[in-house]
Amino acid sequence: MSKKVLYSYTGIFDTPDEVTHAAEKAVEHGYTKYDVNTPYPLHGMNKAMNLPPSKLGYVALAVGLSGALGALLSLWWVSAVDYPINVGGKPFFSFPAYIPVIFEVTVLSASIATVLAMLFFFFKFPNNAHPLHATDYMKKVSSDKYGISIQAEDPKFDESSVKNFLESIRAKEINAVYWDEEETAHNHKILEPKFLTFLFVVAVLISGTTYFTLNKLMNMLPFNWMMEQSKQSAQQKSLVFEDGFGMRQPVNGTIARGFLPYEFKGKPDLAGEKLVNPILVSKESLKLGQAKYDIYCSPCHGYHAEGDSRLRGQFPNPPSLHSEKVRTWGDGRIFAVITEGQNIMPSHSTQLTVDERWAVINYIRALQRALNAKESDLK
Amino acid sequence: MSSVDYTQELSVVEGKQALRELDDLIAKPLETKPDKKFYIALSITLSMLSLLVIGLGLTFYYGIGMWGNNNPVGWAFDIVNFVFWVGIGHAGTLISAILFLFRQKWRTGIARFAEGMTIFAVMTAGLFPLIHVGRPWLAGYLFPYPNQHSLWVNFTSPLLWDVFAVSTYFIVSLIFWYVGLIPDLATLREKTNHKLKKIIYSIFSLGWRFSNRHWQNYEMVYLILAGFATPLVLSVHTIVSFDFAVSIIPGWHTTIFPPYFVAGAVFSGFAMVQNVLVIVRKIFNYEHIITIDTLEKMNKIMLLTGSLVGYAYAMEFFIAWYSGVEAELFAFLNRALGPYAWAYWIMIICNVVSPQLFWSKKIRRTIPVMFVIAIFVNIGMWFERFVIIVTSLSRDFLPSSWAYYTPTLVDGMILIGSFGFFFTWILLFTKALPVVSMAEVKAVVDGAQPSHKDN
Ligand code: HEC
Repeated sequence: MSKKVLYSYTGIFDTPDEVTHAAEKAVEHGYTKYDVNTPYPLHGMNKAMNLPPSKLGYVALAVGLSGALGALLSLWWVSAVDYPINVGGKPFFSFPAYIPVIFEVTVLSASIATVLAMLFFFFKFPNNAHPLHATDYMKKVSSDKYGISIQAEDPKFDESSVKNFLESIRAKEINAVYWDEEETAHNHKILEPKFLTFLFVVAVLISGTTYFTLNKLMNMLPFNWMMEQSKQSAQQKSLVFEDGFGMRQPVNGTIARGFLPYEFKGKPDLAGEKLVNPILVSKESLKLGQAKYDIYCSPCHGYHAEGDSRLRGQFPNPPSLHSEKVRTWGDGRIFAVITEGQNIMPSHSTQLTVDERWAVINYIRALQRALNAKESDLK
Repeated sequence: MSSVDYTQELSVVEGKQALRELDDLIAKPLETKPDKKFYIALSITLSMLSLLVIGLGLTFYYGIGMWGNNNPVGWAFDIVNFVFWVGIGHAGTLISAILFLFRQKWRTGIARFAEGMTIFAVMTAGLFPLIHVGRPWLAGYLFPYPNQHSLWVNFTSPLLWDVFAVSTYFIVSLIFWYVGLIPDLATLREKTNHKLKKIIYSIFSLGWRFSNRHWQNYEMVYLILAGFATPLVLSVHTIVSFDFAVSIIPGWHTTIFPPYFVAGAVFSGFAMVQNVLVIVRKIFNYEHIITIDTLEKMNKIMLLTGSLVGYAYAMEFFIAWYSGVEAELFAFLNRALGPYAWAYWIMIICNVVSPQLFWSKKIRRTIPVMFVIAIFVNIGMWFERFVIIVTSLSRDFLPSSWAYYTPTLVDGMILIGSFGFFFTWILLFTKALPVVSMAEVKAVVDGAQPSHKDN
């Protein structure tokens, strides 16, 4: 309670001329830790106080240049590397078109950085705890008076000589300003445990609620309204048609291209007699046949049609297709087996189109011929 | 008046005011309870604002089909209003930055207010691109940020440049404004006896203590910001004009657009600032701070920019003919003589003819007359954007797709509502913050600066 720490001695002037003069005198006297407080900037005060030029211009220059460079690099990376889109045949990296954005980014980054640097690094703001606050002196210099304050930190500071000095320059209301005891006693530090806990609680609360609202409450897909269109979708009840079916039946008797009805249902032998393979043996048709055979037939009949299925007894082994019987069958007869199935072999009419079935048959013929080659084939 | 001594600078603030009286005068609206007139004004602007809310509600609920936009007029009131309000916003930065660089001291009385208007005008303008896209909640995708679709924006599109220009302009204006406010907030902090106000002012003045070691850096930053804001303000309307000029629509595809748009923006911005200041100086008794001289200077700028705009109109016509491009020539004849001729001639009369009255010194200094002229200018500048956008779109290359655009009721509600939005902010501003910069005005009062004589 007893020990008040002195911050400075202050004096007030009525005119700008006087305070400029006072500043000049303070410099003459060799004071360095002093300040002049005026309600608005005074012309010539920098010279009177002998202040070095402000360094904030360098901040603006450095941040502005890096902003420009950063913008250029990211535009290049985004539009030429990460996500190149062809816009009207312009080059991916089209510098002239980037100038507006680069300019804006430069201005934005430099302006923000300069102001932040001034307030927080040069002035060390916010600082409402400064001893000059809440004094009569501050009340006056904030409005219509001009003041000088010589700080106790100054190496030349000495209570009586400073008072004399202020009197000699005809300052009025010479007063001592003390540090606020509460402020000095209570050393606010950023790393105080209380403050850290507070920060931690805030962090947990904010991230927790954000997670909860975004992921639990409003589990929203980013672009979901494309799915919610006012149109009839498959399997939906129709409000328009009398029968209530959303999906319409084709007109009676309509036949889809490539899906001619099969005439020999239940008459495989007749099919063997009447049906003719329309697909000529060619490299392409054999290739297609092989592909389809390997996919659809080989699991049971084996790659070489020898009945050596890969199912290893989990399904009754099918017969070999190299039997005398199948070899002498007409193509139409095999077509009937594929289309309708035979006993436990299922129909493949939904998996294979008509043309593909014939191609598979051509391939089977090739396999059969490979095992039972004639003398003439060897030539 | 005939013999003015030009070697002596005219004083900006009339009469030798005591500094403390200036403080009191400027802070008075903040320290007194709002009167009846304020509440009447506020209820008018709020009713207008509610029209905006209803208009937007209808738009969001039913979709932008509520507007008169059709095919081919896909841009109409939404973009007209956007360009209009961005233009209004140009006066503020021009006054605070460009006139600052030119050391025009008369700007001090009006700078703060004009900057505030810039911010509110840009906020109003910002509404329109958002609602124009139809799904404003997706506006985030306008900004290039690494998103889950790994999509990026198209950096070669003028519409994207617009996003950057307008948002940069808003942020930089806000910073500029706030930096200017810090010393004033500190003055208010020392002035007020109200506990809560003191806390608020303390927080926002950051502990400013009028130190000359600070003033020096502060003035440097002000200069730097003015230096940045000057090309910025020119770039913003340049880029807005690119939205049109980069396309190939006849009537849009011209290189005169950037300077022509900037001149128009300054023109309409000054008209709006003048309109509002005429009222403000009357209500708050700021006649000595915002002097008739200041208003006259603003009128001169309007005369200049108005003539520039008139020149641009004429030049457009000339180039349309001189280029020999049939579509261009048709577009301009269609403007003057086609179905939208009424809008074109409103524009010409308001923008080109009415400001010419400012050649007369008497009119420049008569408040009621200049007020009306400025209103005409605002109407004219709104119609300029309407003429450019709607006439060009409604009749482009393909006659089979021509269509006449008629605005709907919702369009009108949104237009009127945007004025409500803007003026509500203005009214709140006059009661919440000093509308004239105390520190700047005090610095230009006679005798406020050292005489640099030995004493
Ligand atoms: C699910 C296993 C399975 C698949 C797949 C399968 N088959 Fe069969 N296949 C059989 C069985 C089992 C038989 C014997 C049916 C019987 O008992 O008559 C058979 C019989 C046949 C026969 C008659 C053989 C004879 O001696 O009677 C032919 C021809 C035939 N399959 C061709 C094919 C073709 C071509 C494919 C491919 C499109 C195919 N199979 C796909 C299991 C299959």
